Amino acid sequence: MSKKENKLEAKNLDAYYGDFHALKNINIAMEEKAVTAFIGPSGCGKSTFLRTFNRMNDYIDGFRIEGQILLDGRDIYNKDIRVDELRKEVGMVFQKPNPFPKSIFENVVYGLKIQGIKKKSVLEEAAEKSLRHAALWDEVKDKLNKSALALSGGQQQRLCIARALAISPSVLLMDEPASALDPISTAKIEELIYTLKNEYTIVIVTHNMQQAGRVSDYTAFFYMGELVEHNKTRTMFTSPKDERTQNYITGRFG
Amino acid sequence: MRTSEKIIEGLLWLSAVITILVTVGIIWVLLSESISFFRVVPLSDFLTEKEWTPLFADKKFGIMPLVTGTLLTTGVAIAVALPIGLTIAVYLNEYAHARMKQIVKPMLEVLATIPTVVYGFFALTVVTPFLQKIIPSLAGFNALSAGIVMGIMIIPMISSLSEDAISSVPRSLREAAYGMGSTRLQTAFGVMVPAASSGIVVSVILAISRAVGETMIVAIAAGQQPRLTLNPLVPIETITTYIVQVSMGDVPRGSLEYKTIFAAGITLFVFTFALNNLSFWIKKKYQEKYD
Repeated sequence: MSKKENKLEAKNLDAYYGDFHALKNINIAMEEKAVTAFIGPSGCGKSTFLRTFNRMNDYIDGFRIEGQILLDGRDIYNKDIRVDELRKEVGMVFQKPNPFPKSIFENVVYGLKIQGIKKKSVLEEAAEKSLRHAALWDEVKDKLNKSALALSGGQQQRLCIARALAISPSVLLMDEPASALDPISTAKIEELIYTLKNEYTIVIVTHNMQQAGRVSDYTAFFYMGELVEHNKTRTMFTSPKDERTQNYITGRFG
Repeated sequence: MRTSEKIIEGLLWLSAVITILVTVGIIWVLLSESISFFRVVPLSDFLTEKEWTPLFADKKFGIMPLVTGTLLTTGVAIAVALPIGLTIAVYLNEYAHARMKQIVKPMLEVLATIPTVVYGFFALTVVTPFLQKIIPSLAGFNALSAGIVMGIMIIPMISSLSEDAISSVPRSLREAAYGMGSTRLQTAFGVMVPAASSGIVVSVILAISRAVGETMIVAIAAGQQPRLTLNPLVPIETITTYIVQVSMGDVPRGSLEYKTIFAAGITLFVFTFALNNLSFWIKKKYQEKYD
């Protein structure tokens, strides 16, 4: 793999929920257009860390960070960063599919509409493009005006991915995107991640070791709020350097 | 032990039955008295006649002036209470810090504890003179100030029920909106309010029902002149005010004039009953959607 630019970086990052020290001195750099998987046992801080990249933790009372998160070299916790602008650059897919209680079409174009884009032809084109991108177009093209809540869980999750893609972010954060889905839907999501990494920098949190192995280029192992190890996925899974990593990926705890 | 259980059970049963009996009794009285009213005055006259003058020599029995009076004050009240109540609900949910919420909510509840008679003379002695400075043609008794004050009174009802509705929208939807780059305002009005719309509609319907049945404020501040108009600047009379007026006057018991209050009462009852059922139906039909 040729050396690419670093898209996301964390420098000396500490995070706290009140008195609880959730992330301890994290330093990591993630390269552009690659998939990085965060793995680790529950409560290790991987989701908290993921959510610092689009400042989704801002609304939690008592949450604060020290250190820096850099997106293309800019500190996103800087005062002059507008959070809503940041999130157009850094899209997010959540653990449970969370489509809006609106039609499929309205869901996909939501992000464009809040940016003030009203022209029907532009919206329609964007909707088709994003739905194709998320491998959902063929399944929903005849029922775009039906409620998104009528779709299956797997379809809803792909709709949420399409919704995130519609505002053309450069980074896609995925917080256990397949953990609430059946194996076939999971396979579809994984396939999708594989094709999306040509255009997007993807960070995915997963509990599923095989999934991390299948979809990611790099893996970062978190344990008790620390980043234990960060390496190419293949290297990490075949010859982990740290004993804790070894124990975790061989299933000895977690 | 077993006998005391039985006694308690019996008492509980009795209290439930008493409530039902009282309701049935009220409906019975309303119906029987108004049936004998409608034997004299045909229902078609009651609904189509444009004047309501049962206490005059030339008697006319058209309920419409009272209905429009009621709708007028209710309309003004909702026009005041809905935007303010909803804004407060959104503010408390999306913007206010926990401590702010703890201060604002009880203060709003205070509004609901003020006796309506106090609201009534507040409308008559404060709001009307103030409005007359802006609108010189405003009459001393009018639907406008009564409606505005009634709106203030029902703000807590709308804000607190809407707040409950908005805060019961799943957190995942709020996160989805924020995750797409929505501002707080866009999240609140583009996602949270629509998702909570069934609960908000229910709060508004209950508020309407309250406003339709409200008596003291309109009796004091809106006047006692049945008038078929939608002009809020002149004196009008609502259904409730008329009932008060007749009940407190010296109309002979059992006379046709006396029976008019039951006809008016059953009209009112039909309104509030329909509204409450509508809200119940909406709640039932749309609530399960996000659960």
